[in-house]
Amino acid sequence: MTVHASTIDFVISNRRRRASRYAATLAIMLALVMAIFAITLSIGQSITPPADVLRVLMGETVPGASFTVGQLRLPRAVMSVLAGFCFGLGGVAFQIMLRNPLASPDIIGITSGAGAAAVFAIVILSMSGPMVSIIAIVAGLGVALAVYGLSFRNGVAGTRLILVGIGVSAMLQSIIAYILQSAPAWSLQEAMRWLTGSVNGAQLDQALPLLTALVVFGGLLVSRSRDLEALRLGDDMAAALGTKVAQTRMLVMIAAVGLIASATAVTGPIAFVSFLAGPIAGRIVRNDGSLLLPSALTGALLVLVADYVGQHFLPGRYPVGVVTGALGAPYLIYLIIRVNRIGGSL
Amino acid sequence: MTAGILKTSDGQWSAASGSNRTRSLWLAGLLVLLAIFVVLSVTVGTRNVAWADIIAGIGGAQDNIGRASVALRIPRTCLALLAGGALGLAGAIMQGVTRNPLADPGILGVNMGASLAVVVGVAWFGMSSAHAYIWTAVLGAGCAATFVYAIGSLGRGGATPLKLALAGAATSVAFASLVIAIVLPRGDIAGGIQSWQIGGVGGATYERILPVLPFLGIGFLISLLSARKLNSLALGDDLAAGLGENVAVARAVASLGAILLCGATTAVCGPIGFLGLVVPHVCRLLIGIDHRWLLPFSALGGACLLLAADVLGRIVARPAEIDVGIVTALIGGPFFIWIVRRQRVRDL
Repeated sequence: MTVHASTIDFVISNRRRRASRYAATLAIMLALVMAIFAITLSIGQSITPPADVLRVLMGETVPGASFTVGQLRLPRAVMSVLAGFCFGLGGVAFQIMLRNPLASPDIIGITSGAGAAAVFAIVILSMSGPMVSIIAIVAGLGVALAVYGLSFRNGVAGTRLILVGIGVSAMLQSIIAYILQSAPAWSLQEAMRWLTGSVNGAQLDQALPLLTALVVFGGLLVSRSRDLEALRLGDDMAAALGTKVAQTRMLVMIAAVGLIASATAVTGPIAFVSFLAGPIAGRIVRNDGSLLLPSALTGALLVLVADYVGQHFLPGRYPVGVVTGALGAPYLIYLIIRVNRIGGSL
Repeated sequence: MTAGILKTSDGQWSAASGSNRTRSLWLAGLLVLLAIFVVLSVTVGTRNVAWADIIAGIGGAQDNIGRASVALRIPRTCLALLAGGALGLAGAIMQGVTRNPLADPGILGVNMGASLAVVVGVAWFGMSSAHAYIWTAVLGAGCAATFVYAIGSLGRGGATPLKLALAGAATSVAFASLVIAIVLPRGDIAGGIQSWQIGGVGGATYERILPVLPFLGIGFLISLLSARKLNSLALGDDLAAGLGENVAVARAVASLGAILLCGATTAVCGPIGFLGLVVPHVCRLLIGIDHRWLLPFSALGGACLLLAADVLGRIVARPAEIDVGIVTALIGGPFFIWIVRRQRVRDL
């Protein structure tokens, strides 16, 4: 009896310890995001004192600082954080749902689909604003369904889905290349946004649609986080635990595609953020809790830091996607090596 | 897995592989097709040229725009023939060496390795001569092929088709993003590399084709001569060794041929994907799995397909052109998916 009670005590205290560790990790990551956000606002080519930054944020006009901070740095930082949240959340949702770190939207073609649609809408149909995002979301969903449907054969095997996605992605990428190449004003900067992703020339009024998408789709995902965690155990186990597997999968897919596509429509496909955020967050929080929020924060951190590094620490100015791409590429290869050697997953 | 594929393949292909008569018929058909595409490639283009001018242009006259544009189409056609043949043949070799239905110079990352090497050479070492391009590209292709094969054969079960394809695709993606990272800040070279990176045969001149000929020649020779070795390898390593074949040497020699072909082609045309995947599969359906027939067929078929894709790219988007790399990706993507779906997938 006493043994029994102490086991329960142990489990309870263990659970409590994990929960508090999880909360502490989240708080630290949030603090980091805010700190780096503040740094990018005040330190750039020139240094703006924090007091001036605060006054600009309050809406006062500060000579010298208003333009640099209010017009240049703030939209850029806001967009980085929002896009990072979207890519991180959307990416990890796919990785958890398909139980494979390689099944992130940028590898299985969903980002390319949204990007191709956005490029088409902007270059060929000369649209702008929320319409582009909507078209990108619809196209992203279409690609997700197509990849899922094409890899369906007595159930969906993970590797088949990834390979089909890679094929689809190659086709979509060549469509992007073609549209960009035949565009009337073929500018390399603009092209790079659609090939690697960039927050150059971000505007604050683009942030609102992205924020809306983040709240709606992100909220939907987080509200489903319990079912999503259950899906990690396998479909049968999840069903036994009371999760409606098909419904959850559909909702998660819609929400994740919505997030990825809205971010892609604004910043372009920032390379590998949705692929990297989940595994990095997984290393940090281990099994302490849901991966959704940590991945979102990791995504924001990645984009903020990579953009800052690309702007200030490298010879020449790189868009953020180039930095994340150079970071993500070796990691992708490492992951393949690890999966091949020992098997296993996220 | 591999044994399974071979068995089902036998079942499917034994009927089609047929006698030498059917093969000769197909060969004749393929040659006729190739001739048709060569004629189309010389006569069809952005500009409509009268027949008299076309004939004069082929004769070397360049005294009006029509004749001059025909004169430009001839080296382009030559390059498409060479590049298509090389990629088709390289694809067949790679599928034979790795016994992998998904193998292709593009998917296994070999083309991307070649182009990364060229980009590094141009951006960091100021490389400009055609020979330097080709040597670097071949070197890059070799390194990438070794790297991908090493990663793909780690772990249980050796180099299964899926592991190789995943390793290759991942390496391709990784290299592509490194290429962008290197090229982007260099405004002086970015434009040229950007269009080279898509892959195309437009703007070919004899001066660009000439230096690559010895590489392609040696590549073709090694590749075609390794047909018998590939036939033994297809039986499985143990059986091939039992038949007196030195498996490792056979693999290395055949791969060297394929790498020479891919690297040289990439140096001139940029990375053209999926051609080496599609062509050998179609040829196998036509004439069976004997590499002594399959290899030359793949070379001819590759030349046909690349010419066709190039002509298609010129017709569809008139008066602009679609680069052949885009066309092959659009044709080859669905084909790749079809193969992935068709094969039984062992691992989850």
